[in-house]
Amino acid sequence: MVNMTVLNTIDKPNWCPGCGDFGILVALKGAVVELNIEQENIVLVSGIGCSGKLPHWIRTYGLHGIHGRALPVASAVKLANNELTVFAVGGDGDGYGIGMCHFIHAMRRNIDMTYIVHNNMIYGLTTGQTSPTSEKGMRTKSTPSGVIEVPVNPIALAISTGATFVARSFAGDVKHLQKTIVDAVKHRGFSLVDVFQQCVSFNHVNTYDWYKQRVYDLSTAGHDPADKLKAFTKSQEWGDHIPVGVFYKVLQPTYEDELPQIKDKPLVKQPIDNIDIGGLMDDFV
Amino acid sequence: MIKNRLTWKIGGKAGEGIMATGMIFSQSCSCGGLHIYDINEYPSLIKGGHNTLQVRVEDREIFSQVKGVNILIALNKETILLHKDELVDGGGIIYDSSEVIDDKEMRKNIRFYPIPLNDIIKEIGAQAIMKNNVALGASIALIDYDFGIVGEVIRDNFKRKGDKIIDENTRSAKAGYDFIKKNFKNDFEYGLEKTGKPGRMLLTGNDAICMGAIRAGCKFYSAYPMTPASSILHFMAAQERRFNIVVKHTEDEISAINMAIGAGFTGARAMCGTSGGGFCLMSEGYGLAGMLEVPIVIVMSMRPGPSTGMPTWSEQGDLKFVLNASQGDFPRPVLVPGDIEESFYLTGEAFNIAEKYQTPVIVLSDKNLAESHKTTEKFDEKKIAIDRGSFASPDDLAASSDTTFFKRYKYTENGISPRTIPGMKKGIYTGASDEHDEEGNIREDADIRIKMMQKRGRKMMALSKELKQPELAGPNGADITIIAAGSTKGPIKEAMILIEKEGFKVNYLQIVYLNPFPSEKVAKVIESAKKTVVVENNFSGQLADIIKEKTGRDVNKRVLKYDGRPFYPEEIVTAIKEVAHG
Repeated sequence: MVNMTVLNTIDKPNWCPGCGDFGILVALKGAVVELNIEQENIVLVSGIGCSGKLPHWIRTYGLHGIHGRALPVASAVKLANNELTVFAVGGDGDGYGIGMCHFIHAMRRNIDMTYIVHNNMIYGLTTGQTSPTSEKGMRTKSTPSGVIEVPVNPIALAISTGATFVARSFAGDVKHLQKTIVDAVKHRGFSLVDVFQQCVSFNHVNTYDWYKQRVYDLSTAGHDPADKLKAFTKSQEWGDHIPVGVFYKVLQPTYEDELPQIKDKPLVKQPIDNIDIGGLMDDFV
Repeated sequence: MIKNRLTWKIGGKAGEGIMATGMIFSQSCSCGGLHIYDINEYPSLIKGGHNTLQVRVEDREIFSQVKGVNILIALNKETILLHKDELVDGGGIIYDSSEVIDDKEMRKNIRFYPIPLNDIIKEIGAQAIMKNNVALGASIALIDYDFGIVGEVIRDNFKRKGDKIIDENTRSAKAGYDFIKKNFKNDFEYGLEKTGKPGRMLLTGNDAICMGAIRAGCKFYSAYPMTPASSILHFMAAQERRFNIVVKHTEDEISAINMAIGAGFTGARAMCGTSGGGFCLMSEGYGLAGMLEVPIVIVMSMRPGPSTGMPTWSEQGDLKFVLNASQGDFPRPVLVPGDIEESFYLTGEAFNIAEKYQTPVIVLSDKNLAESHKTTEKFDEKKIAIDRGSFASPDDLAASSDTTFFKRYKYTENGISPRTIPGMKKGIYTGASDEHDEEGNIREDADIRIKMMQKRGRKMMALSKELKQPELAGPNGADITIIAAGSTKGPIKEAMILIEKEGFKVNYLQIVYLNPFPSEKVAKVIESAKKTVVVENNFSGQLADIIKEKTGRDVNKRVLKYDGRPFYPEEIVTAIKEVAHG
């Protein structure tokens, strides 16, 4: 049995005290325990940023890669061994900025994996520059006169781009977040969990209280996640009331389902000792 | 009549099926037991422009193109104007008689074979695209080759398209054949006839790389299309279900290398491929694989830069780039095949080195080698034996702690640490792109940094002891020693044959492992050589610079070519004579 203790690491998180990342780590560990997945069959892939360090603080297999590239790495982990449970974690800068191209294509592919985005609407580890989800007008170190662009709407983007499970949660509500992650992992296909998270050091606008006062749970508001158009409508809500929970969910064949090469056995379990290329050479005679 | 020594060339607009027609010719020669070396030239566009395929045929093994075309099929007037001077005396041009040829534009001592291609097509009720086949058939008649073999090749090539297509192709070629036999004297000076045993493969360097990868157990290939590496993607994709390989055309090269890293980390043998521009995008991932100690193979197939450069032409201008791409020092073996056989065996070796030394390995090719066909004996697949390196033993795993991460980056004498992959109980670790300790935990302590840099560095030292040292080919005590790497091997070998006939003694040192560089051996060779020249397809003499950096020695002459075209043996002969006399 997996429990919270075995997931602990010797190194302790070095996020700022009060950072929303702690809530995400606790919820993730809770989800792993609840799902009872063996540690060695989990791979957590991250990019760069405060979020990128997360795999170091949970005892599962992990790969802390480079900025914005967690999704291609994680996708191929799954394709190489589809018996594994694969997570990608990243921040709003990592996933919606530098990694945006991979984000869109990963959703289109619908590989069975869960993508958790620590969305604090600011760049934290680089000390407070604008992020793709920073609101228009927000003053940051890189936008002292205010952000000119409109923010990315990851939920709307995900619904329109092919993600088959699209959810948002809040790091300040660990119970909700844990349940959302559990549902995301149970879903067969690409699951996005966009997580509102306070950055106590650099985002003094979108604080814990800011989120807390605004979020409401879609599941208690009668939302039907099977309805794509309603999901899209809900994704446009912003302001005094912001929905969290599962916006959209649909079952579609996964990318792996379409690959007869891995139907019987994952790639890593296929023998490679003496592959006969005699017939292949004959094709060229 | 000079038998079994000629160069056949076809030229016309892109999209006219020139390459396909050329392949039928090449295959027909190969099926008759003859040896082939071909070279294509084409612009980066799909329809129009000027395309050529040049096929050299002999009854001995040949290694490159040579100067002098014996028979030119000109599917348009432009081909005649551009290539008439390449024809040898007595050579012939086959062209559409509807083209108006102004005699003043022509050169002397060649023969003209105007053929009413359109009329013939109409007469036999074939489609316009079959003109190529009529011209092909005409060339077969001219060189007096066995038409039966051509018919067999056509049948074989189009068998999936059905009898009607086979028939149309065959009839077109036969009509061209008959036209020449009926209307021209049988006195062309160059000919071909069946000889020896057929059964050789006709393939490119890229084909050989793919075969080597498949044999070596490559289970994952990711790439974004880019000439001249695209045909690797096509080959691997076509074979993915036959050999259970997942092939992914990714959104960009960044994704391609990061996917290969994901698959390699998970324990599948993984490869990605690209050319210089794509490798720019891969550079960050290249360093990541080095830092994570994840085995991957990267095929880097060079074309002329900078930037988009000349997309469909050849150069060796990225030697320094691959040696220096990505930030920081990390073990980065670079293998440079010189011909099709080496493309096969070195790709197999690259996978073994990657897993044994847990690092990214580059196979460095170029368009010239990647896309030229050569008749090649079947490979000895047994020579690619799988060595997966040091996976953690059950004892290693049993001894590991239940509360810490596995020591995936354990300090060892040769720098190689026991490797675990996801799914292995008690092998759990997190690999980090940050500097890390033996367990992969992020560390910035000075002593850990030093130990970890040295650990990774020792892997390269261990590898350099394992690799075969380059051998001098050719006579001892040569007047000139050529040092070169990569696809220049073919023209150099041909040049050595030519120059020997003129009484010069030339030998040749081929650098196969660009990194770790065989410094001692190269230094010794330069020291004892009378004169040394490097032959390379780039502007500045990058290999000569690397030799200088690694050995402290200068070569006497840099023979450089950077017009996008490969060396012709004759050019090397001229350059060598200059050095010898100079």
